[in-house]
Amino acid sequence: MTLARNFPFFSILVCLVGSVVTSVLKPRAAKALTIIIAGVVLVLSAFTLRYALALESAEPFMMGHFPAPWGNELRIGRLEALMATGISAVLFITLVAGFYHMPAFVSEKKLGLYCIMVDLAMCAILVMLYTNDLFTAYVFIEIMTIASCALVIVRQNGHTLVAATRYMIMNLLASGLVLLGISMLYGITGHLLMEPLGRAVRHIVETGQYMEPLTVVIALITAGLAIKSAMFPFHAWAPDTYAFAPPMSSAILSGLIGKAYIFLLIKFFYRVIGLDVIVGTNVDSVLFVCGVSGMLMGSVLAISQRDIRRMVAYSSVSQIGYIYMGLGMGTEAGVAAALFQMLAHAAAKSLLFLSTNELVSVSGDRKRFHYLHGAGYRNPVAGVVFTVSAMSLVGIPFTGGFIAKLNLATAGMPMGGWMRALVLIALAISTLLNAVYYLHTVVSLYRRAPAEIDYPPSHRVPRHAAAALVISMLLTVYLGLGSGPIMRVIEAGLKMFA
Amino acid sequence: MSKRRSDWEQRPQARFLRWMRDGYGALDDQITTSISQPAAPRPDQEAMEAHDILVGTHRHERELALDRLAHYDLQNWANTRGRKVLGRLYAVLALLLGLILIYFLLNTVAFMPRFASADVPANNEVIARYVEKGLEETGAINIVAGMILDYRAFDTLGESTVLFVAACAVLILLRIDLDDHGQPMQQLIAEESDDRHYEPKNDRILQGSAMVLTPIILLFGIYVLFNGHLGPGGGFSGGAILSSGLILYLNAFGFQKAGRFFTYKIFMWVSFFSLGFYGVAKAYSFYMGANGLHSGIPLGTPGAILSSGLIMPLNIAVGLVVACTMYIFYALFRKGGL
Amino acid sequence: MWQALYDNLEQTVAVILFGIGFTILLLQRNLIRKIIGLNIMSTATYLFLASMGYIEGRKAPIVTDGVTDLAAYINPIPAGLVLTGIVVSVSFTGIMLALTVRLYRRYRTLDIDQIALLAKGEDMA
Repeated sequence: MTLARNFPFFSILVCLVGSVVTSVLKPRAAKALTIIIAGVVLVLSAFTLRYALALESAEPFMMGHFPAPWGNELRIGRLEALMATGISAVLFITLVAGFYHMPAFVSEKKLGLYCIMVDLAMCAILVMLYTNDLFTAYVFIEIMTIASCALVIVRQNGHTLVAATRYMIMNLLASGLVLLGISMLYGITGHLLMEPLGRAVRHIVETGQYMEPLTVVIALITAGLAIKSAMFPFHAWAPDTYAFAPPMSSAILSGLIGKAYIFLLIKFFYRVIGLDVIVGTNVDSVLFVCGVSGMLMGSVLAISQRDIRRMVAYSSVSQIGYIYMGLGMGTEAGVAAALFQMLAHAAAKSLLFLSTNELVSVSGDRKRFHYLHGAGYRNPVAGVVFTVSAMSLVGIPFTGGFIAKLNLATAGMPMGGWMRALVLIALAISTLLNAVYYLHTVVSLYRRAPAEIDYPPSHRVPRHAAAALVISMLLTVYLGLGSGPIMRVIEAGLKMFA
Repeated sequence: MSKRRSDWEQRPQARFLRWMRDGYGALDDQITTSISQPAAPRPDQEAMEAHDILVGTHRHERELALDRLAHYDLQNWANTRGRKVLGRLYAVLALLLGLILIYFLLNTVAFMPRFASADVPANNEVIARYVEKGLEETGAINIVAGMILDYRAFDTLGESTVLFVAACAVLILLRIDLDDHGQPMQQLIAEESDDRHYEPKNDRILQGSAMVLTPIILLFGIYVLFNGHLGPGGGFSGGAILSSGLILYLNAFGFQKAGRFFTYKIFMWVSFFSLGFYGVAKAYSFYMGANGLHSGIPLGTPGAILSSGLIMPLNIAVGLVVACTMYIFYALFRKGGL
Repeated sequence: MWQALYDNLEQTVAVILFGIGFTILLLQRNLIRKIIGLNIMSTATYLFLASMGYIEGRKAPIVTDGVTDLAAYINPIPAGLVLTGIVVSVSFTGIMLALTVRLYRRYRTLDIDQIALLAKGEDMA
């Protein structure tokens, strides 16, 4: 199994070299190559997971001939491997199910460039999961920002241009904060790799020298990554971006790219600063409050939307709120629950964006709700898939979302007084609100279509796309039924994470 | 009575009940009408009322009319009162936020390690090895080049990829697609009003100085590229110099001449070979390093031009990527193509 | 505190510039000014980084006369980081300018709020 320890590196390399090769191919070949790359990454990640499950403790992987404080490093642990497997599975399914309707949004000549962007986004996600070096993470944050902006603007109309501009401005603001944070951290510790950084930070905490800069560093980096992952008060860029981008891009942006930033934040909390220090500086309480308000406000805003894709986009804001609530609890159980919610949301949300597009396209590209009446009969597969993923996000039993909410509630139980009450009340209200808009949408999908609207002749979904959608739906259900082993991996992974 | 009734209609409970009964369509109408209430000039009130009667059959048209009305009012509002009030509020908030940020950062700086002192945390075992062993382990006289292309080469690989991804993003935004006959789509050019019409005239002074300067600049760029491991310079600076020479040539002689040796295909292939070479070469060295094997790349005598292992070829690859990217940025901004 | 700020003058100037850039980026509605703010912000970060590497009385990290003594050269790491940072900022300045060009060609204005309003209006036409 010694070859298997190279697999994280191989998967990054495949994406990187693949993107370069894609640039000289014809669009059709580029498309095929991108799907193949995603498949290869999925297989490599699965093997990495198998390898990591046998490991006693996390294993560093030198990028070059020089060990930790001098050279770049990757790090293989159970959590990284699990997230990589989950994310690459979702990406592979999204590509198979989503590519066939890309010509409706992207001109033929630019499809090749779009494929490059998908590959590089995947590469950046993998690096963010595996890297053990804060500055490498910054470089790949930038690649991810630019690639995801390009994923939005391949569809060229006024809306996407405006949305992409807003997206870039907010994200570059956040990048500036992160870079300043990293430089200050370098100034007070003299390291860039995470393990030596962690030791130096512990030294700072013990001696108390440079404690003030350290607090500001935590605030800067947390704020930067929170803006990038669309945490509630900073979510303003997200809904337009998700609603107007091509559906496959929305699925990748909301389902996968946002998760990579949050994973990096967890890594920063655990490995660089230490969870106890974070709790000491009360950053976790801020995240908790933002998470709870995001859960509620995201749902309220989603209810008031008149366009189905904007509704789905706002529901992302609310789901990200759950993740931040779990993180903000400041306990191991809370972080584990947040990680499971990340997986459940990634699977359900990308599915939701894709099936929404199918439903809208059988209703004549009109996104208002009353045009969608009866769409569930016009495209049965998309209807069922939408229903199941909506159920998951609401938190109906036997789906991933239910387990995620259950974990969050269980994690909230041992907490002190008001926080416990707040967790439970917020979960209850937010679930209710989610149910209000998702069930309403599902009901309207299965209502009788009004006679006076003429719908376009229904087109058939290609078999492979339908199959991918169904498999992804089964994945969501699997997250609900077989959550035990996954939670055990997450918990064991968190133990060897620090 | 009717006043009270309309009050009730506005209440949230009533709206919720109506929403449960009729779905979003009815609520939409309600919201749109309530948005459009305060505006003075309402364009087609009567037409809308007529639509109200025919609600079943002309739903789509009616909705469009309502939307137009709401948007008209919004624009009206934004251009007059709202813009001023909101604009000021926003400006005050932004200024306040900026001042708070500066205050906190200044507070931090006061506690940062002392500037220019040797007794700072950053002066530790990490740079000790870079400085003391760098020459022996990487073979590069320029310690920074040794650091970014050998010790921390993965960062630099990411960095060149940033340039590549940026060039591709600008291509998506600004490139004017060619039609099946290889000609740029005419209506696109007309729409985008690009710079194609403004090719430079035969300017004697510009062309004369470009004739002299371009070769010198290119030569200097190549020198900087090839000496990256021996002195100040390297891939990024050398590439920038090369591209400035190319851009000068382009400005003096126009796109037709420059297009003879630099096309879109050339750009893609050069990027492909440089980045591909960089990726594969570094992958080899990462793989060997991670598995504890010796890479077998000779380091040569420090100071010689052919020394320090992979650093010089990598510098050249990076330089080519940088030069291509800068040139293509310029060409795309000027006329949306090469 | 003032003494400490004066001692770290480079860093003080850098964070004030950072704040100015940040505020311009938020405050200005004109896209070109936003981009300028962005560049001030990133340049301030590079000044901050560069000031961290300097050590009094030492030379640039290029080995001269075969001397490889730690006490002879300044810290090479910030130089590498600044290099990376500059490349990144060139890239995103390019993209922001390209977006601005597209938006200006379409809407003939640089005011982002105006542009958003016009984009919304396009649906109605």
